[in-house]
Amino acid sequence: MSMTKRDWQSITLSAVLLAVAACLPLTGDAYMLSIGITIAMYAVLATSWALFSGPTHYISLATAAFFGLGTYTTAIGIENGLNYWATLPIAAILGAVLAALVGLATLRLSGVYFVIFTLGLAELVRQVVTWGQNVSGQKGLYVLTDITEVHIYWQLLVLGGIVYLTGWAIGRSRLGFALRIIGDDEEVARHSGINTSRAKILLFMVSGATAAVVGSMLAPRYIYIEPALAFTPMLSFLVVIMALLGGTGRLWGPLVGVIPFTLLWEAISASFPNQTTLLLGLSFLVIVYLLPRGFVGLIESGKRKLREREAFA
Amino acid sequence: MTTGATVLSLRGATKRFGGLVAVNDMDFDVAEHEVLGLIGPNGSGKSTTLNLISGALKPTEGTISLRGTPISHLSAADIARRGIARTFQLVRLLPSMTVLENVRAGAVFGHRRRWGAEADAHALRMLALVGLDRRANAHVGELTYIDTKRVELARVLASEPKVLLLDEWLAGLNPTELEEGIALIKRLRDEGRTIILVEHVMDAIRSLCDRCVVMSTGTKIAEGTPEEVLSDPEVIRAYLGDDDA
Repeated sequence: MSMTKRDWQSITLSAVLLAVAACLPLTGDAYMLSIGITIAMYAVLATSWALFSGPTHYISLATAAFFGLGTYTTAIGIENGLNYWATLPIAAILGAVLAALVGLATLRLSGVYFVIFTLGLAELVRQVVTWGQNVSGQKGLYVLTDITEVHIYWQLLVLGGIVYLTGWAIGRSRLGFALRIIGDDEEVARHSGINTSRAKILLFMVSGATAAVVGSMLAPRYIYIEPALAFTPMLSFLVVIMALLGGTGRLWGPLVGVIPFTLLWEAISASFPNQTTLLLGLSFLVIVYLLPRGFVGLIESGKRKLREREAFA
Repeated sequence: MTTGATVLSLRGATKRFGGLVAVNDMDFDVAEHEVLGLIGPNGSGKSTTLNLISGALKPTEGTISLRGTPISHLSAADIARRGIARTFQLVRLLPSMTVLENVRAGAVFGHRRRWGAEADAHALRMLALVGLDRRANAHVGELTYIDTKRVELARVLASEPKVLLLDEWLAGLNPTELEEGIALIKRLRDEGRTIILVEHVMDAIRSLCDRCVVMSTGTKIAEGTPEEVLSDPEVIRAYLGDDDA
């Protein structure tokens, strides 16, 4: 398929935005950079989550499992003398393999069964790692590298760029079309000749591999990691909420949710450190009730109303 | 128009749900370019038979073959790819998409696979065939009932199937729509397509089918031309009960 003028426009625009974002460390403000990393991290996680969950409507709560897998891959890799950069592709492969296994076992399930299984999976992995560490006598692992916050930030931006390009390419491919059909009616998809399991597993692997690499990239930031930190279920819920707030109907949707929500979340964590879970639940309810299709849905219905008004004028 | 070789054949196809035998030992063949009517009273197992052919359900026993190759062990997706495409008893469209995109689904993933501009052009041709090309960019939510059925038919045709399964495609249409619907299927028949039609509308069966298989409580009770089977005492008994036979 050939590229249209609009494709070039959106690619140029994205590249410019990415370049502007890359200049953030030049401000020299450590707090800004720290928030920048958090935003970049959630942007990559929420976007790759939406690549799979957006079209298929399968809500995965397994992000923490993949993220923690990546974090531990890097920590254990470095402890055993591997170069940091070598641990990233390993994390990607392990993430993809775990996603494939989970996919084979569960994607035949649908709706709430899939949600519960992914949540359970993340907990299971966490408990296994905790148990493994208890047996080995360690509580956590040190990740000592010479990688600075700025490096982490730039790495996340590059990964974000790759995820956007991947998502854009999938959206134009047969696979992307197949997933939209699956999301609309899986029965029709099957009877139209789509291998629905394969399509879903492929996308889930992309999503899982990305989350694992994000975990790897964040490992040097934590310096000391333990299961409760690397596999926190809070991460899975935050990713879902942010993606839904932005809207999963467009590739850029999750990003629109991540930025305001991260800032809001920073404020909440600072002012009400003991009520974060309660406030997380409340924000979830508010988003699902008031913005079921996220900001993307809001913008699109606004556009439609404007068009209708113009048509009458 | 009964010419050509056997395209689809069922041998001893049986489906049990626990103790209930929904389809019992069905045998029949469909020849190329033939329109076969699968008829019978409600609950006689017609739709289940169609589901066995399309792969929505797996037969408990027996085999179904397409041009001599067994297909009954395959998934619905593989069966669709080999060239058996179906419509659903209750119309199933892709609600988030336009009319053209709905039809493109058949063109992209079906028996003959296309992509890009070629798929769009083919989907538009199929929409023209069912008389809906001017609504290509409409959203499926805006369509009338018969038009949703046309879209589904166009999606199925877009995959260029060897065998077309129509599950009560004419049900629920008003008299004017019914005339249009019958004319449309007649056109497909005149193009020489191979069709299995599950239908209740007797006028349609008489004017469209080369041959009919009649089912009652899961079993084949008659087979022949529409005139033959509809005057068969056993068929009349199945439809109307003992007193009228």
